[in-house]
Amino acid sequence: MTESLEITVTVNGQEYQRAVETRLTLADFLREDLGLTGTHLGCEHGICGACTVLLNGDAVRSCLMLAVQADGAELTTVEGLSRDGRLTALQQAFQDNGALQCGFCTPGFLMTATAFLRETKNPTEAQVRDAISGNVCRCTGYVAIVEAILQASERGGE
Amino acid sequence: MKPSKFQYFAPASLGEATALLHEHGVDAKVLAGGQSLMPLLNMRLVRPQVVIDVNRVSELQYVSPAPGGGFAVGAITRQRELERSHLVRETAPLLAAALPFIGHLPTRNRGTVGGSMVHADPAAELPAVSVALGAKFVLARTHGQRMVPAADFFLDYLTTALEPDELLTEVRWPALEGRWGWGIQEVCRREGDFALAGAAALLKLDDDDRCLDARVTMFGVGGVPVRMERAEQALAGNKIDSATIADAARLVSEDLTPQSDVHASSQYRKEVAGVLARRTLREALARAQETAFP
Repeated sequence: MTESLEITVTVNGQEYQRAVETRLTLADFLREDLGLTGTHLGCEHGICGACTVLLNGDAVRSCLMLAVQADGAELTTVEGLSRDGRLTALQQAFQDNGALQCGFCTPGFLMTATAFLRETKNPTEAQVRDAISGNVCRCTGYVAIVEAILQASERGGE
Repeated sequence: MKPSKFQYFAPASLGEATALLHEHGVDAKVLAGGQSLMPLLNMRLVRPQVVIDVNRVSELQYVSPAPGGGFAVGAITRQRELERSHLVRETAPLLAAALPFIGHLPTRNRGTVGGSMVHADPAAELPAVSVALGAKFVLARTHGQRMVPAADFFLDYLTTALEPDELLTEVRWPALEGRWGWGIQEVCRREGDFALAGAAALLKLDDDDRCLDARVTMFGVGGVPVRMERAEQALAGNKIDSATIADAARLVSEDLTPQSDVHASSQYRKEVAGVLARRTLREALARAQETAFP
């Protein structure tokens, strides 16, 4: 029996070793323990998708995992998308299309769409809408977000 | 909105997992993909003393052909893995068609087949197609295992035949022999949400296009996924056309007494159930007719 465990995770290419309480969610671990506050917490029960991160390349909700379950895993958060200050094609397309307003949901959309575009080349609008159906935006609606994802795909992927 | 304290165990083998269940039983919750349990923990709707995380029991993660033409799925196989499986698409197209309805891509990346079954939400797709296809559940405890047909596994809303010291280890899916057609549809408020009502239809035709077997399974309209006996009897043995389908769909609607809730009234669910039964039976008929007699 343990209430605290030592874990090793690689986040955005950097390895971290931390002792974490077993009931700590992965989302809280990223935000509180590692200071990576780009991962947002909206609902904390898997509805809003704002906390989506990549776990070994797959988009997952970080509020629905315990930090201890990520032991040994490779994670990417929104902070890990841009390289040397250069935005990814998807981030650039979000900016160009005004696909964000308050920005709260944006990290989740970016991570979900990044994983989706890696797997799906030249998606249809219907496929894009299905892919982001688990992410909620309460400001702008989804038209600009869908356009941004389609444009990123046209520009050569995520 | 954080989980209350619990003892955490992450067994690496089935033997360890069942031993922990034997020891902790009713005080324990099994954590698989976490897409249902984690929200309940975060909201403190459940406060188990013990959490047994079975994600490292890798011997329970597989999709493999089974004797007799069907296939077996290990309980912690991710829904997304099943969605990608050729074996599933070829052997059980109804199951393959049901998978994209489950939640969203990110939840299917984590959500497991066994977890969805054991959670037993009456609107969930996997329990519904397991009843429709006649899947069998393998339940293990420290001393031996037993096999339970899907129809006997789901007892009521969020309640299954699983005993506190048992672990669901495998779901066995039979192959359907002959000219089968299938259809699955649901109505929900938002894509990926739980269905307000859903239908899964299966029709088997003989070489004269007469119906040899009909299975109409409804979900989201009662405590468990339910086979509609009167509708099935109205179809079996008959030539299927739009009149027989309309008749069966009317019986489906008549025989259901769904709950009203904040999402939809009982009457609405009854109406929609009839419409979905009709549409899925039409799909099933078209697919069965396309299938050549083997």
